[in-house]
Amino acid sequence: MSPLVVLLRRELALAWGRGGGPLPALAFYAGVTTLLPLAIGPEPERLAVIAPGIAWLCLALASLLSLERLFERDHEDGALDLLALGGPSLEAICAIKALAQWLATGLPLAFAAPVAALMLGAPVGLAPVVFACALVGGLAFAFVGGLGAALALGSRRGGLLIAVIVLPLFAPPVIFGGGALSQAAMGAGQISGLLLLCGWALTAVALSPLAMAAACRNALD
Amino acid sequence: MISHVHIEDLSIRRGERLLFEHLSFAVAPGEAVALTGRNGAGKTSLLRAIAGLLRPAAGTVRFEGVAEADEARSRDLHLLGHLDGLKGGRTAREELAFAAGWCGADSAGLARAAEALDLGRLLDLEVRKLSAGQRRRLSLARLVAAPRTLWLLDEPLAPLDSIWRERVGALIAGHLAGGGMLLAAVHDPLPAPHRTVEVGG
Repeated sequence: MSPLVVLLRRELALAWGRGGGPLPALAFYAGVTTLLPLAIGPEPERLAVIAPGIAWLCLALASLLSLERLFERDHEDGALDLLALGGPSLEAICAIKALAQWLATGLPLAFAAPVAALMLGAPVGLAPVVFACALVGGLAFAFVGGLGAALALGSRRGGLLIAVIVLPLFAPPVIFGGGALSQAAMGAGQISGLLLLCGWALTAVALSPLAMAAACRNALD
Repeated sequence: MISHVHIEDLSIRRGERLLFEHLSFAVAPGEAVALTGRNGAGKTSLLRAIAGLLRPAAGTVRFEGVAEADEARSRDLHLLGHLDGLKGGRTAREELAFAAGWCGADSAGLARAAEALDLGRLLDLEVRKLSAGQRRRLSLARLVAAPRTLWLLDEPLAPLDSIWRERVGALIAGHLAGGGMLLAAVHDPLPAPHRTVEVGG
C-alpha cells in the first residue's frame, strides 16, 4: 500500500479517535443554527431571506473548530519527526493531512448545511447550491485552516493564533459563496460566484501545502 | 545505501547559545559511535542535524554512497528520539503497523520485529497502557521491521531493564554485523562494541 494511503487512513482514524471526528463541529453547527432564529426573531419571511447566508457563515466558523490538533498533536509527541523522515515529501504529507481534515469534518458539515438552511426556511430549490458551496468551500477552509494550524505550531494558545491567521483568508471564500447563494436566490442562472469559490479552493489546495511544509520544517528545526 | 557518514566541522547553535563547534568525525560500516556529554551538550541536536531536521550553524553532514542527502535520509536512516511519536489511544499493533509501514516495512518485517522484541502479548493493548520500557520496545520495533543502514538513537536504553538492555545490545550487534551504522546518545555504556565521541567537551 502506498505510504500516502497508509497516512490518510491513520489521519482519519486519529480524527475519529481523538474527539469523535466530525461530531464536535456538527454539534456546534447545529447549536448555532438552532439558536440564531431565537436571537433574530421568529418571522419566517425574514429568516428565509437570511437562511442560506447563515448556514454558510456558520459552516465557515464550524470548520475552525478541530484545526488546533491537526499538526500540534504530531509535533508534541515526536510523530512529526517520523513523518518527515519517511519517503513522501513534507508537502505531500501536509496535503494528505488537510485532505483528511476535509474528509473528517468538511464533508459531514457539507451534508448538514442544506439541512440547516431548509430548517431556517430557505426555499428548497436553494439546497443544492448550499450543498455545492459547502462542499467546495469546505475544501478551501480545510487547506487554508491547515496552513494556520502549521504556522501556529509550537506556540501557546495555538487556537487563538490559528483564528487570527485564518479568518482574513476565510473572507474571500465566504464572499464568493455568499455571492453564489444570492445569485441562486435571484434565479438568474448565473454561477460566477460558485466558479470563483472553486477557483479559490483550487488555489488553496495547490499553494497551501507548500506553506504548510515550510512551517512544519521551521517548527522541527 | 549510505556507506559512510562524515560529520565535518559541524557547529550547532540553539537560539543565542552555541552548543558545540568544529565537531568532526566519521562513521564507517559496521561501526557504532556512542555520543557522550553532559545534559544539554547538544547530543540530541547533533542527531537531529544528521537526520536533516535541524539546520547546523556551520559545517556539513555528508553521506557517502548516495546521490542526494535528503533521499538517503528518507530511505536509509532511522531516528528514534526520546519522544517516541506513539499515540496513547491507539493499539500497539496499529501504531507499529503505521510506523513500520511508513518506513517501508512489509508484513514479514512486522512479524520479525514483533518476534525480536517479544511484542506478541502487547500488540492488542492501547499504547497508554504500556510501561515506559514496553513503549520503548514498541518504538524500537520499527528499526527491525524496516531495515535501514543508519540508526540514530537518543537514549535508546534508558527505560529498559537489564534483560532487555542485553537483548537490544544483541540487536545492535546484529545490525552492525550486517554492515549497519549506529550513532547513539547515551549516558549508560552501550552494550555493543563501540567508540566514543564526546560532544561539547
